[in-house]
Amino acid sequence: MKRTINVAFVGNPNCGKTTLFNIYTGANLKVANWPGVTVERKEGLTEYKKQKIKLVDTPGIYSLTSYSIEEKITRTCIMEEDIDVIVNIVDASAMERNLYLTMQLLELGKPVILALNMMDIVEERGMEIDLHRLPEMLGEIPVVPVSARKRSGLDVLMHAVKHHYDEGPKFLVINYSDELEAKIEMLEKIPEIQNKENKNARWVAIKLLERDEEVCRHYTEVPNDLPEENYEKKIINQKYDYIEEIIEECLFYKSEKEAFTDKIDGILTHRIWGVPIFLGIMALVFFLTFTVGDMLKGGFEIGLETVTTGIENFLVIINAADWLISLTVNGIIAGVGGILTFLPNIFILFLALALLEDSGYMARVAYVMDTIMGRVGLSGKAFLPMILGFGCTVPAIMATRSLEREEDRWKTILITPFMSCSARLPIYVLFADMFFGKYAIIAAFSMYAIGMILAIIIALLLSKLSKNMGNQALLIELPEYKTPNARTICIYVWDKVKDYLTKAGTTIFVASIVIWFVLNFNHTGMVTDISESFGAILGRWMVPVLTPAGLGMWQIGVALISGLSAKEVVVSSFAVLFGVGNANSAVGMAQIADNLRMSGFGMINAYALMIFCLLYTPCAAAIGTVKKETNSWKFTFGMIVFQLIFAWLMAVIIYQAGTMIFG
Amino acid sequence: MTLYEGNIHQDLQVTGLRLQEAVMRRLSSLGILEGTRVSILNKKKNGAVIIKVRGARWAIGREIVKGIDVEEWLDEKDN
Repeated sequence: MKRTINVAFVGNPNCGKTTLFNIYTGANLKVANWPGVTVERKEGLTEYKKQKIKLVDTPGIYSLTSYSIEEKITRTCIMEEDIDVIVNIVDASAMERNLYLTMQLLELGKPVILALNMMDIVEERGMEIDLHRLPEMLGEIPVVPVSARKRSGLDVLMHAVKHHYDEGPKFLVINYSDELEAKIEMLEKIPEIQNKENKNARWVAIKLLERDEEVCRHYTEVPNDLPEENYEKKIINQKYDYIEEIIEECLFYKSEKEAFTDKIDGILTHRIWGVPIFLGIMALVFFLTFTVGDMLKGGFEIGLETVTTGIENFLVIINAADWLISLTVNGIIAGVGGILTFLPNIFILFLALALLEDSGYMARVAYVMDTIMGRVGLSGKAFLPMILGFGCTVPAIMATRSLEREEDRWKTILITPFMSCSARLPIYVLFADMFFGKYAIIAAFSMYAIGMILAIIIALLLSKLSKNMGNQALLIELPEYKTPNARTICIYVWDKVKDYLTKAGTTIFVASIVIWFVLNFNHTGMVTDISESFGAILGRWMVPVLTPAGLGMWQIGVALISGLSAKEVVVSSFAVLFGVGNANSAVGMAQIADNLRMSGFGMINAYALMIFCLLYTPCAAAIGTVKKETNSWKFTFGMIVFQLIFAWLMAVIIYQAGTMIFG
Repeated sequence: MTLYEGNIHQDLQVTGLRLQEAVMRRLSSLGILEGTRVSILNKKKNGAVIIKVRGARWAIGREIVKGIDVEEWLDEKDN
């Protein structure tokens, strides 16, 4: 038995390499559903039946040339002597595209094992792969169907690694045309290649014919013998011709599904109806979020009230100190509990987003929105992070990595926070319900529309300012449609719900305690009148600034500042400020609304507040992500200042115009 | 003619690419290069198209589309 087998995981972007790597090594590497996440090689150890195996994760690549950093890293890594076997991970649901890299790997002459990932999707789409014919056409290398998602086939794959790590392809997989083969044979015999590289002579010969820069540099004597013509195109074409043969022989029932996708695409990507349909779908998503979410809310309210009363009674029975009761009931439960009752809304929103993503519709949105985004100097692809922004700004900002040009990335990062994230939803629900009566849903809905429109206007202004007008063109694969998979949806939604609960238990929990403290203490100690507290003092400084926007109350100042920790905390603050147990209940809302109305706060003020919350600086987590992704304090700081000023300006305009018209 | 000028659902053959080196590399590793058979599934006024190439669907923006020359696909392959 070999001491340690060194394995390299190689595959296209987004084929599941990193997911598999994490399952085997237990490492928690960042996995994301967009290309370009793995930038360096990462290593981890695993064991299969006492055999130690070292796994190396490489960046996703489409081909093995040496034109991009990712390709260079991967190529250097697998050419190294210490890699025993390459595990080529292939997205079985997009085999045709993935096999091109496989063809190149097979030419290296190194042992290759093919891991057919995402077999579950192939089955869902009703397709079948001939697992006997496929290896026959790939030089008898081991072909192992796996599913990272369902964790199946994992042991079989490692079994193949253990037993086949020293076996390369059993015969030449691709025979090129006679013309090319003659050239390859001629080059293979050149002494310099024979001396330096007796194992991979064929590969070197092919690379020389392709005029691969690195290989040409390495073999200094050879280029004199090189034929004039660059054979790269012929080589690629012939590889693809062979892949077509493989698909023809090994993949079944593909065309029926294609016809189905074509039919749906005829409607969803229609040149005229495409955009209205997309807007309609998003409108439906938010409509369901508000209505169905509200229907489910009742159960949560009853539960929360029971828990609150229980805890309060318990504290009284054990004779707890007044401050402790106040902290628990008016601080923690008011702050955290109120937020928890929004869980049904959040659940519906993420469920809808997951359905759109898993069905294959998202990529179409990039095409549909390409016209509008093109007008503001971005490609339709930039719209995808923006949609993710409806869920949470943090992953949305990270998703801008899929944009090739840095200029486009920064622009998209700047406008993505205007896409109203789920944390802002409680604010809209609360204030719309309190002040807009039966028009509540329209008021809340308008926030999403205004956010989107302003994002596009800002992008338009930026593109007018920058001189570089060359657009980065769209290039995106449109997967076939499929019925969303219940398991995938559950994992996705549970992940988001868990994030929300975690946030309630950490950020919002701490923020609630801090808010309770600043509202109940000042330099003299605990205060009985909240308006003498630290919070009130701090809030009063903000009043002159906020007055023109109709938000001139110290309580609002406190809520807005604390909202920087997480936007839900704006709602928590109002709950703590007005001593409301559950801000998301009829009683709680009435209590907050009455308190606000006493200070002359009405519908227009509420709308200005919602606008301000929509536009002002996103939470601390989002700011941190922006800094990390742009690696620029200047940009990050500039963005914060811009958002604060912009939010204030818009709120002032809304309030002043509103009072003039309706006042 | 350029790719945009082709008819929807007509089989076409790529005859030339007039694009930046980096974009051409990208396209060729996706299997889109001279001699490749493509068909247009859909197109938009702004110049973007959806094509089918080697079993995969791609949405391609105007800037790339206008640099792809095509002609009608003839059943006899000449290369």
